[in-house]
Amino acid sequence: MCLGIPGRIVKIDDEARKLATVDVSGVKRQVNIACIVNDEHPVASCVGEWVLIHVGFAMSRIDAQEAAETLKILTELGEAQAEIEAMRRPRRRLGGQRHEIYR
Amino acid sequence: MKYIDEFRDREKAAVLIKEIEALVSTIPLAKERPLNIMEVCGGHTHSIFRYGIEGMLPKEIDLVHGPGCPVCVLPMGRVDDCVAIAERPEVIFTTFGDAMRVPGSKKSLMQAKADGADIRMVYSPMDALTIARMNPDREIVFFGLGFETTMPSTALTILQAASEGVTNFSVFCNHITIVPTLKAILESPDLHLDGFLGPGHVSMVIGTAPYEFIARFYKKPMVVAGFEPLDVLQSIWMVLKQIKEGRADIENQYARVVPDDGNAAALSAVAEVYELREFFEWRGLGSIDHSGVRLREPYARFDAERRFALPNVTIADPTACQCGEVLKGMIKPWQCKLFGAACTPETPLGALMVSAEGACSAYYQYGSLKAERAGAI
Ligand code: SF4
Repeated sequence: MCLGIPGRIVKIDDEARKLATVDVSGVKRQVNIACIVNDEHPVASCVGEWVLIHVGFAMSRIDAQEAAETLKILTELGEAQAEIEAMRRPRRRLGGQRHEIYR
Repeated sequence: MKYIDEFRDREKAAVLIKEIEALVSTIPLAKERPLNIMEVCGGHTHSIFRYGIEGMLPKEIDLVHGPGCPVCVLPMGRVDDCVAIAERPEVIFTTFGDAMRVPGSKKSLMQAKADGADIRMVYSPMDALTIARMNPDREIVFFGLGFETTMPSTALTILQAASEGVTNFSVFCNHITIVPTLKAILESPDLHLDGFLGPGHVSMVIGTAPYEFIARFYKKPMVVAGFEPLDVLQSIWMVLKQIKEGRADIENQYARVVPDDGNAAALSAVAEVYELREFFEWRGLGSIDHSGVRLREPYARFDAERRFALPNVTIADPTACQCGEVLKGMIKPWQCKLFGAACTPETPLGALMVSAEGACSAYYQYGSLKAERAGAI
């Protein structure tokens, strides 16, 4: 929750609502990117960028090396696994079926 | 020094430790008593224990593990309020997994869920809003928790709910704010702190300017620090350097993530949605003025506190628990009578034992190294 996790923006889902899909160690998840965009840095320009994600919100742009090092320390702390597990949870039973938490 | 093998830059760490030792030996105060440096953030606490950083430092440096884990400082009365909301039949209560096991006076959210309350763990407040859209006949309550790091995410979710006109979504707001908390710590008569490691991700949102008062009025150095072992060591070195030179400044070691003026978009969402509470109750620390936020009047319809009648009583921490003393750094976790006996990560009595970022749980998991040293005290 507090340490966040690095991910890479792979696709813009909704330009107006500032939603994008990120890839976090192979897990895809939609996040809100309102906090990392502005006039000089519009939504469309974010694809390919690395960001630090806290509870579903990209909070900071980081470079690829910072992302890799942060991921490594989070893995060593055991936080990365927990975070990715939490991100993944809603998707586990998708595929036609509604997920448990959405029922 | 067994943990040091895991450093990716082992040599750099060894060099830094040498430099820290050299620096400490030139600080006269360190000959009289240990220098107390508080890491404010639970993420730092976790990292310090995981990498055995305390054990590598010269004995003249004492790290004090501050109150920066929002799960750990959640008072029992607030957990009881959560349970009361969650047990209403119309409610789907949504929370981060971290909060599930925090003990209330009767039960935790985990136990309430086992007893049949509809409680769902979510990764993000956005998930809670999605649940609200998909269950229009139910009341969805999100448990808003955390310092400034997660405060903007809850605010942006409320703004989104407002713009969509969602009517069955509300937030039980327990967000807390770091600056009044630091002020309370600095005013505390039992504490003798010589410097701070500033929280990395809170600062990513608020920037470094809000800490200026620490340097200016309390004349204490603070270095905003990253979470990697080398970051922590370097930041400790920077604090010591200030002590040695008789300076008190706010420095930013984590500039690669923390801009000095914070995150403008996040701050404007926070300012739009929240106002300061007169006071907020903390587990172990008691009531701290202006340390919590609530929703502003225009967002009253998203405020679970106004939507549901809550017991809202203050419940005293169990008397044998010494969480408050640990939080203030007056005692070390293993000095609590309950540590490792009645209170363990499996059966936590105090919240510091619940989260991996709590000092007690961190000591329990990784603390053997330091506990050995404690045996000698
Ligand atoms: S051991 Fe348990 S009761 Fe004692 S201070 Fe730590 S969390 Fe609190």
